[in-house]
Amino acid sequence: MRPRYEGGNIRVFMLGWEFPPFISGGLGTACHGLTRAMSQLGMEVKFVLPRMVESEYATHVKLLTPGSRATGKYDKFRELKNVTFHAIRSALQPYSSADTYAHRVEEYLREKREVRGGSVSSASQLLGGADYGGDMYSEVHRYAAMAAELAEVEKFDVVHAHDWMTYPAGIAVAAVSGKPLVVHVHSTEFDRSGEHVNQVIYDIEREGMERANKVIAVSHLTRSIVVSRYGICGDKVEVVYNGVDRKAGWPLDDGGIGSDEKIVLFLGRITMQKGPEYFLQAAKKVLGIMDNVKFVMAGSGDMMHQAVEMAAELGIGQKVLFTGFLRGEDVQKIYKMADLYVMPSVSEPFGIAPLEALDNDVPVIISKQSGVSEVLTHALKVDFWDVDEIANKIVAVLKYPPLQLTLRNHGNFEVRRLRWRDGALKCAKIYEELLVTV
Amino acid sequence: MPSVCFYFQVHQPMRLRHYTVFDGAAHYFDDYKNSTICKKVAHKCYLPANRLILDAIRRFEGRFKVAYSITGVLLEQLDRYSPEVMSTFDALAETGCVEFLAETYYHSLSFLYSRNEFIEQVEKHAERIASLFGQEPRVFRNTELIYNNDLAALIESMGRFDAIITEGADHILGYRSPDFVYRPSGCDRLKLLLKNYSLSDDIAFRFSNRDWREWPLTSEKFAQWISDVNGNGNVVNLFMDYETFGEHQWKDTGIFKFMQQLPEEILAHPDNNFKTPSEVVDSYEATGTVDVPHIISWADTERDLSAWLGNAMQSNAIHELYRLEKNIKKTGDTRIIADWRKLQASDHFYYMCTKYFADGDVHKYFNPYDSPYDSYINFMNVLDNLESRCAKHIDGGAFCGLPQNADAPEMQVAT
Repeated sequence: MRPRYEGGNIRVFMLGWEFPPFISGGLGTACHGLTRAMSQLGMEVKFVLPRMVESEYATHVKLLTPGSRATGKYDKFRELKNVTFHAIRSALQPYSSADTYAHRVEEYLREKREVRGGSVSSASQLLGGADYGGDMYSEVHRYAAMAAELAEVEKFDVVHAHDWMTYPAGIAVAAVSGKPLVVHVHSTEFDRSGEHVNQVIYDIEREGMERANKVIAVSHLTRSIVVSRYGICGDKVEVVYNGVDRKAGWPLDDGGIGSDEKIVLFLGRITMQKGPEYFLQAAKKVLGIMDNVKFVMAGSGDMMHQAVEMAAELGIGQKVLFTGFLRGEDVQKIYKMADLYVMPSVSEPFGIAPLEALDNDVPVIISKQSGVSEVLTHALKVDFWDVDEIANKIVAVLKYPPLQLTLRNHGNFEVRRLRWRDGALKCAKIYEELLVTV
Repeated sequence: MPSVCFYFQVHQPMRLRHYTVFDGAAHYFDDYKNSTICKKVAHKCYLPANRLILDAIRRFEGRFKVAYSITGVLLEQLDRYSPEVMSTFDALAETGCVEFLAETYYHSLSFLYSRNEFIEQVEKHAERIASLFGQEPRVFRNTELIYNNDLAALIESMGRFDAIITEGADHILGYRSPDFVYRPSGCDRLKLLLKNYSLSDDIAFRFSNRDWREWPLTSEKFAQWISDVNGNGNVVNLFMDYETFGEHQWKDTGIFKFMQQLPEEILAHPDNNFKTPSEVVDSYEATGTVDVPHIISWADTERDLSAWLGNAMQSNAIHELYRLEKNIKKTGDTRIIADWRKLQASDHFYYMCTKYFADGDVHKYFNPYDSPYDSYINFMNVLDNLESRCAKHIDGGAFCGLPQNADAPEMQVAT
């Protein structure tokens, strides 16, 4: 028997909600990085996803519903050899609200009717859930019920749930199996909604944290929110930083746009949390000083239209480009074009994107109100509201090549030390402590 | 019979204020921060340490002696913010047991970039010292003890100095001891005094380090180490920052008490004495030649220039700064020239150092900026403004026929 330390043969029942390539933010990237590192350490991970996708999307992952009681091997990448994927058919999506959820279901049904000539008459028939309730909260609980059902036939040592939509499932699985529960806080309702928290989501988050044996926060910033806003005892909350996987050797054709124009990149969801308005206000100020620069906003989100309008109102519409949501190779391409990455987040529990930017040799400006600023030293740091300072730093990076060079070289070097392996090891240590005491 | 030669470096930079690309004012320095720090250091270090040295000189009736090198930029700040410190230095000068050394007025790296500027700054400093303390400096120390054969040759050719001071780095001495007087390679007359970095750093860096096996360092123990040199050397050069007393080593570490007792312990041994650098030069002949073709300094373990010129930002900033020399001097505007010279202080480049930055070490402690990047951005924004003032001045003078010292528009903004 292999030692339990260093990952060993601990079997993890992991509840997630997105996974590459079906991602809309950093959570999927984090789950991918963490499970890959765990797999490399020899840990067995059963990864459960609520996924409303048709099989033609699943090109390299065999996703199965719990109804079939079968498992799919994620066999395209060898490093994921110890990860088993389970998908539960559901309309759950991360970063959504109850309203957008209802909207999504409507849209999905409309599409289905068109495709299948109206043969599908009801949501429950389509989604296959026996007790599908039609709103997001009951969907969360349906996911929980089905995950618990799945858990009955699986063998594992610990339950690990990522963010609020999987907490009820985590609680259910832990209750059914009697195994310890770890909840992993990638973001809280206060990060997503500021002070206008959704009470139902807050309650779910809080219950998850209270019922968990350990809470993992992605930064000290998030840890302090967990302690102060959710009243969780600090002894129970550990910090595990995210990492970045090196994209060495990613094949890219070099036929990008070649020009003297500088490109400043915003990459992330265009939502209140990410501070798009500060990016645009800083852009306006930068353009008052230098002209040969374009600002690219890559991402989508509920403030997208507002951002487009704001760019127009500021009179910089022709200098701001919106690409919509990017994934995979398109992300690499945009990094290749960019001279600078700016993350003016109002509240950022961690923020993996700056690590990816540095990994792609793009220097970064990050907000001091982010978890990632706890681990990065070779980055420019600003208060998200200090638009003058953001602009000052953007101009400096574009104007002084030695600054860009130094940031890039040191930053790239620094990022290599932030590996998922360390995060996975820390998780393993947390599991071990729980397994000893439980 | 080892002589003990103390020399204290006394310097505070003029720190820049936060200066963005949107700023236009020709006022670059953070008066509030500079005055606060100057007063704080005066209170914690300069005043109590000067009092201690003065007491010791009086107590031992001239047998205790020290030397100071005070930069021009600090003299200006003391004059403005803590004039009481100046009067204590006056009192020290009057004892006849205190020597003042020469250096570049602006604590600059000008030797590396402009020989003309270097000589002007050394002359300016020597004149200032002469007018303040009534002594013509005879011994020169370069900023951060930066040194090579060329510097020694240049200093000898200036004709006014008898000796030069630098770091007793292992790689220039080999098996030889720093506790003798040497001659720089290529010089006929100039003598070379080398810092005994081991004994100096025992006081300056290790004094309060509880992990050090010699902790706690008593004056008795240290005096014994000095006496141990007897027969193996003529002089122990103890060179350190004056801020060691009360600022780098806080008062509660016992550093003042140590220093207070040290003269007595050292003089208890009849073979020991204290000498100023000039007296060392007059007392001992050069025992050999030291060849330093490559530049050395007293910084970090590398003893090289990497703390100031180790990355692309530092080298870019300093090159841009000295590139302006010709035009700056052409303006003849004393304010523009003074601002340019204050930007030459080595500290500005030290703040941009990325060496060890991530580890949060000694470099961070002395740094008013959050990061080396912030410091570079700030410096370059200031330099950009200075360059535009300079350009305006030259254009204005040439095309409008204004007299050379006419107020440029931005001069009115300055306070």
